[in-house]
Amino acid sequence: MLTLNHFLTLSFILFSIGVAGVLLRRNILIVLMSLELVFNAVNISFAAFAYYLQSLTGLVVVIFSITIAAAEVAVGLAILVVVYRRRKTVYVDDLNEMRG
Amino acid sequence: MEQIFFYLFSVVTVASAIGVITTRNPVHSAIFLITCLLQVAALYILLRAPFLAAVQVFIYVGAVMVLFLFVVMVLDIGKERFKEHLHGQSIVAIPILIVLLGVTSYLLFNAKLPAPVRDDAPAPLVKHTEVLGKLLYTKYIFPFEVVSVLLLVALIGAIVLVMKKKDKGEQESSD
Repeated sequence: MLTLNHFLTLSFILFSIGVAGVLLRRNILIVLMSLELVFNAVNISFAAFAYYLQSLTGLVVVIFSITIAAAEVAVGLAILVVVYRRRKTVYVDDLNEMRG
Repeated sequence: MEQIFFYLFSVVTVASAIGVITTRNPVHSAIFLITCLLQVAALYILLRAPFLAAVQVFIYVGAVMVLFLFVVMVLDIGKERFKEHLHGQSIVAIPILIVLLGVTSYLLFNAKLPAPVRDDAPAPLVKHTEVLGKLLYTKYIFPFEVVSVLLLVALIGAIVLVMKKKDKGEQESSD
């Protein structure tokens, strides 16, 4: 018998792995991929709530969230390409110009 | 039966997610992420949302991951050397992660949901996509329009960002 908690646990585990990737990795590309993991974790929990509460609103939110993630990736990768062209690096600790 | 599939999908999801953040080569990370996203699509089918599963495969695996792989190939980043793929901030980050895990698991096992949860399996939605489409074009028409404008802005923004200026183009391509 699958319950809501099964899906929420999976979602939290994925979320934590995503946050770990964002905090621990140096490569910007992998940071962006970890952000995708975080988005997916949240989407799973939205879909699970939509199923167990029998409401379609959760699914609509997931559709919007996927759209926004796609837009975010497009802009993020464009910024990454520009940064790489200018600085020849993709490691976040080399990009510390704006640190106070 | 459902439970077996749930555990199968979630174990592969978590394993490939760990693969994403531990491999040194960005291409391997991208392939692990594709596996992970496909498993999430399978989980959507378990949640009786076939339209979401299709959208997940089309947009994430079809568009987003191709974009990622394309950028990895274009930039030619290569592998990070051993011990170099972790940051100096790990000492701070790991306790924060442990606290995050503790708080979320506390919330998970002790929080009460404001709405009643159906523990028996609800009937699968008939005409799922049709219902969802009607909802998108009636009740949620305003967010739908906002998101479409957002996509347009992202599209134009991405093109403008990577466009080279004409006079600087030759200078930049030479080095």
